[in-house]
Amino acid sequence: MINNLNILLPEIFLTLSIFSILMIGVFIKNSFNLIFNLSSLIILLTIIIILNSPNNVEKIFLESFTRDSFSNFFKILILISSLFVLNSSKNYILDKKLTKFEYPIIILISILGMFFMVSSNDIILFYLGLELQSLSLYILASIDRDNLKSSESGIKYFVLSALSSGLLLYGCSLLYGFTGSTNFDLIANELGKENTGAVFAMVFILVGLAFKVSAVPFHMWTPDVYEGAPTSITSYFAVVPKVAGLAVLIKFMLIPFSKISMEWQTIIIFISIASMILGAVAAIGQKNIKRLLAYSSIGHIGYALAGVATGVISGYESAIVYISIYVVMNLGAFSCLYLLKKDGEYKENISDLSGISKKHPILAISFLVILFSLAGIPPLGGFFAKFFVFAAVVEQQMYALAIIGLLATVISAFYYLKIIKTIYFDDSVISFDNTKNKLAQLSIFISCSILLTFFLYPSVLSNVVDTLFLN
Amino acid sequence: MDFPILSTLIFLPLVSSLFIFISRGQKNNNSAIYISLFSSLATFILSLFVWYSMDYTSADFQFLEEQSWINDFIKFKLGIDGISILFIVLTALITPICIISCINSVKDRVKEFLIAILILETFMIGVFCSLDLVIFYLFFEAGLIPMFLIIGVWGGPRRVYSAFKFFLFTLLGSVLMLVAIIAIYWITGTTDVTQIYEIKIPKEYQNLLWLAFFSSFAVKTPMWPVHTWLPDAHVEAPTAGSVILAAILLKMAGYGFLRFSLPMFPLASEFFTPLIFTLSIIAIIYTSLVALMQEDMKKLIAYSSVAHMGYVTLGIFTFTKQGIEGSVFQMISHGLISAALFLCVGVVYDRLHSRMISTYGGLVNYLPKYSFLFIVFALAGLGLPGTSGFLGEFLVLTGTFQKNYLVAMLATFGVVLGAAYMLWLTKRVIFGVTKNDQIKNLKDVNKSEMIMLGILAVLVIFFGFYPVPLMETLNVSVDNLINNYETAVQIESLN
Repeated sequence: MINNLNILLPEIFLTLSIFSILMIGVFIKNSFNLIFNLSSLIILLTIIIILNSPNNVEKIFLESFTRDSFSNFFKILILISSLFVLNSSKNYILDKKLTKFEYPIIILISILGMFFMVSSNDIILFYLGLELQSLSLYILASIDRDNLKSSESGIKYFVLSALSSGLLLYGCSLLYGFTGSTNFDLIANELGKENTGAVFAMVFILVGLAFKVSAVPFHMWTPDVYEGAPTSITSYFAVVPKVAGLAVLIKFMLIPFSKISMEWQTIIIFISIASMILGAVAAIGQKNIKRLLAYSSIGHIGYALAGVATGVISGYESAIVYISIYVVMNLGAFSCLYLLKKDGEYKENISDLSGISKKHPILAISFLVILFSLAGIPPLGGFFAKFFVFAAVVEQQMYALAIIGLLATVISAFYYLKIIKTIYFDDSVISFDNTKNKLAQLSIFISCSILLTFFLYPSVLSNVVDTLFLN
Repeated sequence: MDFPILSTLIFLPLVSSLFIFISRGQKNNNSAIYISLFSSLATFILSLFVWYSMDYTSADFQFLEEQSWINDFIKFKLGIDGISILFIVLTALITPICIISCINSVKDRVKEFLIAILILETFMIGVFCSLDLVIFYLFFEAGLIPMFLIIGVWGGPRRVYSAFKFFLFTLLGSVLMLVAIIAIYWITGTTDVTQIYEIKIPKEYQNLLWLAFFSSFAVKTPMWPVHTWLPDAHVEAPTAGSVILAAILLKMAGYGFLRFSLPMFPLASEFFTPLIFTLSIIAIIYTSLVALMQEDMKKLIAYSSVAHMGYVTLGIFTFTKQGIEGSVFQMISHGLISAALFLCVGVVYDRLHSRMISTYGGLVNYLPKYSFLFIVFALAGLGLPGTSGFLGEFLVLTGTFQKNYLVAMLATFGVVLGAAYMLWLTKRVIFGVTKNDQIKNLKDVNKSEMIMLGILAVLVIFFGFYPVPLMETLNVSVDNLINNYETAVQIESLN
């Protein structure tokens, strides 16, 4: 057992680092900057540790914890996106005086929770990871505690999320009751036989997971929380937990529920279609960019779920490619928001963007690239994400799903175009401060260049993702 | 051919637009105009070279380029035949003309405008070069982005509405094509057009796939009843935008029918011929009548474009040599004529800022050179023998008579209507009494306008008298297209 501890090395390293920087934070005053930089360093080191760990499948602790290429890929994706979220939002945090030393530490704790989620091979470990992550997110949502909206969003998220966690836990206990095991592999074996009760359990677990990735009809919290939370936290919400949530969803479909795919496919198809349509229609009326991005993220999860709904490996792969490009697009979109500063205040309304193409041409063109990419117009990265998903969907001959999904992209193109219209066609109203926010600019630059050059070698991601399901 | 000449053609404008982007900081627009003019002319010369050096006694695709792109899935494949080279040359010809036209008409954000035009040229040439469905879709759709911005940023008062309408209509049509493309991949195992030609898609799939492609091409052509975006887009777009829209973007759909619908789904094409005939006839007659009623010059020309594109679709689906050659010829000639007519409107619009017919009248007394050119293009537009407009319509009608008398007669009626609205337009704008005093102070066409319109006028008349270079290029490719179609239909009738 002790010999195998190196399998847990990333988690152990992360845990010890969190404890140490927590101590630093407690004993050194005004240590936000130090802790912030240390956290970035820790994330970087963890990435290096994971990159150096072998990719063969290893299961420890009575096979409740797996380390394989699948979990490693997601851990790296989670870490990289967290690194970008943290650093691009640094100036925002300083401006908004969110400089509590707990801020980066809680983010690290939530990352730790996600690590256990994506690595779990056991319901109990999975649930513990999920709760560790969720608890950190509640705190993060309300981190601007003097701000009414932020506190409100924290409470809202807490109440609803606790409810969904309850449902999920109920599902887990049902699953244990009907199969007699908490281990994914054993559950899968048990579900090979006739087992109606387990189908109930599966529904409850799906509900819980759909809540975590904010899929319709469990999306109600998303717009409010996105709007209320500080932008730096919103960008974290929009990206990282979704990656982890999708990873877990795929894992559940891949291992424990693989034998009852007929049952869950119907549900996921429904959730996917509902998310795509709601994400497209509800965003049209939004005036706040963060709310709009919330609805757009609901729609995007719908597309990723369309890949999952196929129930085959190629579909899961396309969903993973989709979520990775989604991460790039959203990081870029939120980084743009950090530059919309006027007299020390951050603007969040679409109307504030009016005519920025004249005074801020580079920012405008970045918005253009990111928004067209979100709309899925070729030759930008977002198109390929959709292309891979729909290729997998059509391969399974789910034509209705493909056509509805693509029609939803046309509807959603409307509101992305509306923002572009505000930026390019309208007369300029505000000119924003020329802030020297190098970090946000860098992350916009990286995101745009990935989206713009993705067409040169579109299979770069799928080549990596292909290897995840080899074992 | 080792040198990737088609890729050079495609990406040369894109690279030069990058240069303009870098030189954005300068106050003076001259360098940007020179860069874009130089690169678009270089593209044009290169395209002429390709035209000259290709072998049009062979129906095979030439200048093939192949590169693995998405692993085991899609190849980046380019190649041209006798049909596509004409469209490439047309694109490469129209783009420098647009760039010259924007010297006079675009005052605001010139560099951005040039960047948009050059990027659009890249996508347009890409459409005509691609031999892979996904690459085709990529270029086809990507063209929406620059065109959306051209209409929206530099357009007229209702530009936002028009830009949205243009974008959403086209996108809605195209997404169904995307589903069809993916479906073709799973049916045949490839998206390589030349391979699909040989594999032959099973009959049971053809109708649905054809409809999906049709939904995209019908919007782009545009066919009645989904043509409504076109008048709006034309009216609001700046001159250069209208020119590109009319001269090239509309041709993508006709080209799409020839390259994809006909050879890939021959049985479905035969099955749906009555549908196309009906829609084309409605387009020819109805939109000609609508054009008669217009008070806005650009709108009138826009509706006439719909009518002319009706001949194109009619000709393609006759499956006769005359019909198809006539369609291609009609597309090229309409590309020249409609571009010239929009430029003519642009010339007076730059001076008086009005597109209304009622503003003008009696121009012939004050702008003699302009009036001469306008009349040349108007006559070409109504299909006067001796201009390129005549030959296309004539061939299409000849082809149609072989298939269906009634349709051909109705279509011939459209020619009369075409003469009616064009002549009436000329009468009201060029001749008549000058009521507007401002007209008396107008300057005649200047040097750059003379160059653009002169080139087009020479070409329109030249191809009217001597269409051989175009026909020779087309000949073998069209023969091959019809042979393949007829074999497919025969095999089916034997079963």
